Amino acid sequence: MGRKEMIAMLLAGGEGKRLGVLTKDLAKPAVYFGGKYRIIDFTLSNCAHSGIDTVGVLTQYQPLELNRYLGIGSPWGLDRRDGGMTILPPYMKQKGGVWYKGTANAIYQNMSFIEPYNPEYVLIISGDHIYKMDYELMLDHHKRSGADVTIAGIEVDWKEASRFGVMHIDDEDRITAFEEKPKNPTSNIASMGVYIFTWSELQKYLIYDEASRTSNHDFGKDIIPAMMRDGKRLHSYPFKGYWKDVGTIESLWEANMDLIAEEPPLELADSDWRIYSVSPNQPAQHIGATAEVSASLITEGCKIEGIVDRSVLFYGVKVEKNSLISESVIMPNVRIGEGARIYRAIIGEGAVIEAGVTIGSPDDSAITVIAVDQFVTNDHLLQEVEHS
Amino acid sequence: MKHKVMGVINLIHENDELERLTAGRCLATVPFGARYRLIDFVLSSMVNSGISKVAVFAHTKYRSLMDHLGSGKHWDLQHRQSGLFVLPPATDDIQEISRGDLYHFYQQRDYFNRSPLEYVVITRSHMVCNVDFEKVIQFHLDREADITVVCKQQQDLLSGKARKVKLTEDGRVTAIQDHYGHMSSDISSMEMYVMRKDLLMELVETSLAQGQDHLVRHAILSRLDKLKVYGYMYEGYLGVVNTLTSYYRNNMNLLDSDVWSELFYQPGPIFTKVKDEPPARYLVGSKVTNSLIANGCRIEGTVINSILFRGVHVQKGAIVSNSIVMQNGVIGENSFLQHSILDKDVRVEADRDIRGAASAPFLAGKRKII
Repeated sequence: MGRKEMIAMLLAGGEGKRLGVLTKDLAKPAVYFGGKYRIIDFTLSNCAHSGIDTVGVLTQYQPLELNRYLGIGSPWGLDRRDGGMTILPPYMKQKGGVWYKGTANAIYQNMSFIEPYNPEYVLIISGDHIYKMDYELMLDHHKRSGADVTIAGIEVDWKEASRFGVMHIDDEDRITAFEEKPKNPTSNIASMGVYIFTWSELQKYLIYDEASRTSNHDFGKDIIPAMMRDGKRLHSYPFKGYWKDVGTIESLWEANMDLIAEEPPLELADSDWRIYSVSPNQPAQHIGATAEVSASLITEGCKIEGIVDRSVLFYGVKVEKNSLISESVIMPNVRIGEGARIYRAIIGEGAVIEAGVTIGSPDDSAITVIAVDQFVTNDHLLQEVEHS
Repeated sequence: MKHKVMGVINLIHENDELERLTAGRCLATVPFGARYRLIDFVLSSMVNSGISKVAVFAHTKYRSLMDHLGSGKHWDLQHRQSGLFVLPPATDDIQEISRGDLYHFYQQRDYFNRSPLEYVVITRSHMVCNVDFEKVIQFHLDREADITVVCKQQQDLLSGKARKVKLTEDGRVTAIQDHYGHMSSDISSMEMYVMRKDLLMELVETSLAQGQDHLVRHAILSRLDKLKVYGYMYEGYLGVVNTLTSYYRNNMNLLDSDVWSELFYQPGPIFTKVKDEPPARYLVGSKVTNSLIANGCRIEGTVINSILFRGVHVQKGAIVSNSIVMQNGVIGENSFLQHSILDKDVRVEADRDIRGAASAPFLAGKRKII
């Protein structure tokens, strides 16, 4: 097998507990986002645009739909002769097998996947974030600084800093302190969970970490602090651009709403950085004679007869007459009945909202979530939609 | 498919009156219906009917065809053993290139002979339809026909041109027009023929031996009394797209939501090349009524009764009415566009007023700046 300068390991096993019903049967990276994408499309497209042709995707929680979606990686140009995409679930070894105990352990368990490529660098990313980033520029930065690990960092709001791993850096971007989810953060430079390791260093630390009984086997909690303690060179790569962790209902909704701003902070219509995804293969959207659409994203296969305002509609959504959709995210193949009103909601794939039903209220800022395939009638009786 | 059938999409001498729309491309790749090319309809029909080996007999101006079809994977035709074969003329003699389709079939006879498949479905590319060929083959077998022609009963072809066909009560074809004339019949040929492969090869060789080289005009028309030729009546939506007016009217027909629901979904989905465009973006102040909009569009102005292909930008104050705007078209601020067809990459500057007529739409060629 030919040597690769850098390969990527994409952590896609997260459960996404805080997304509630949206991740009941679905891994978080496979959650729909932005009218036609799934969250993982953004990192995979980043890989494609950064010239990375070998990606190991680590799966664990509810992987079936994600596996089916990824296939052999063709939409992201990852169906390659040497390398390409490989899906890496936990597996049995001679001495038994265990689930991935943490992010670092997941990589540890797949060291024998990495070794044949004999890479100089390994990029660790996760399938939970929405951003456009050229990892090649980050690799240049890593090589120039001679670091053992480079961590992409972004300035976040001080109130949010405690949700992340935060870094103190010096004038040369060298990390002088790293705290994982501190109660009282003293820096607002957050780790984006994007790491480039020099492979020989990472290898050592993975083995060392695995032997520790007290470790959580996590990059942010264990590997990075251990390297700090040992005086290794840790650098930060300052990322300027849009980056959003969509791990909660609110942030998922907000990130969708970001896309429909007059000047969206993340531009999807960027011909130099297309976000690749599996095409749903649907005809062009039909905007009917009674439809009114404003400040929205609408995808192929939709059929609109009602009013759509400040919303994101995935493919195959049917919106009947006299209905209103406002500030909502409507996932694929949802049917919205005549006269229905939907305010600030996320409607799961395949749900049916019967005629006349009202979801949410124009005066309420809470976000209502309707689960996949739910059937919502006027009495709000919920039952599974029968599939023929 | 239960029966062993290969598909042939025959682009040889496929005539059209689409003016500048076919100046740089063949009829098969004329953009249609906001995100498709004409060939997608018959190609998807074949694939949905279980045909997994399809040859496209390219003839002229086929760069866009090769680009569109690629490896065939968007139609699920990238297979280990069968799949898609694009066969351009196998000759370097200019006079031979202009010979009829039977000559070109003969040149590619190895392609037919090597395959164990027993039947062929030969079609053109300009019939906008969604056909279940499995039903056609079953009809062919039930009638013990030598040749089955797919036909459509339709009074108004929306200015499209098709050969008229006459059938007996039980469906036997008694006459097919050589040219598009005035035969009194409301049944049109969809230029789709099913026959055994060995019959096709026999027709190819005997016709060529007699100095004849056109499949329909020579091989089939002259044998209507000797061969059992039956007409299969297709019930679905048909658009015959080979004149500029029929192109315009058939596109506009897609705005009827019943046509949209039928043509693109029944009996199977229509596939096309994937472009990875983002969802269409409607800005504050946009107004869209009764229109088909593809992904990648950005709409700030008004769109009425129109068809916008991928990546079209309608700027503030612009009004697009009863028009077709192809890929990456830009309609500048406060411009007015009515009854027009804009080919790919046309740019209408600000404050222009462009009006065609419903019966004679204004047509702007590729990359034109107005």
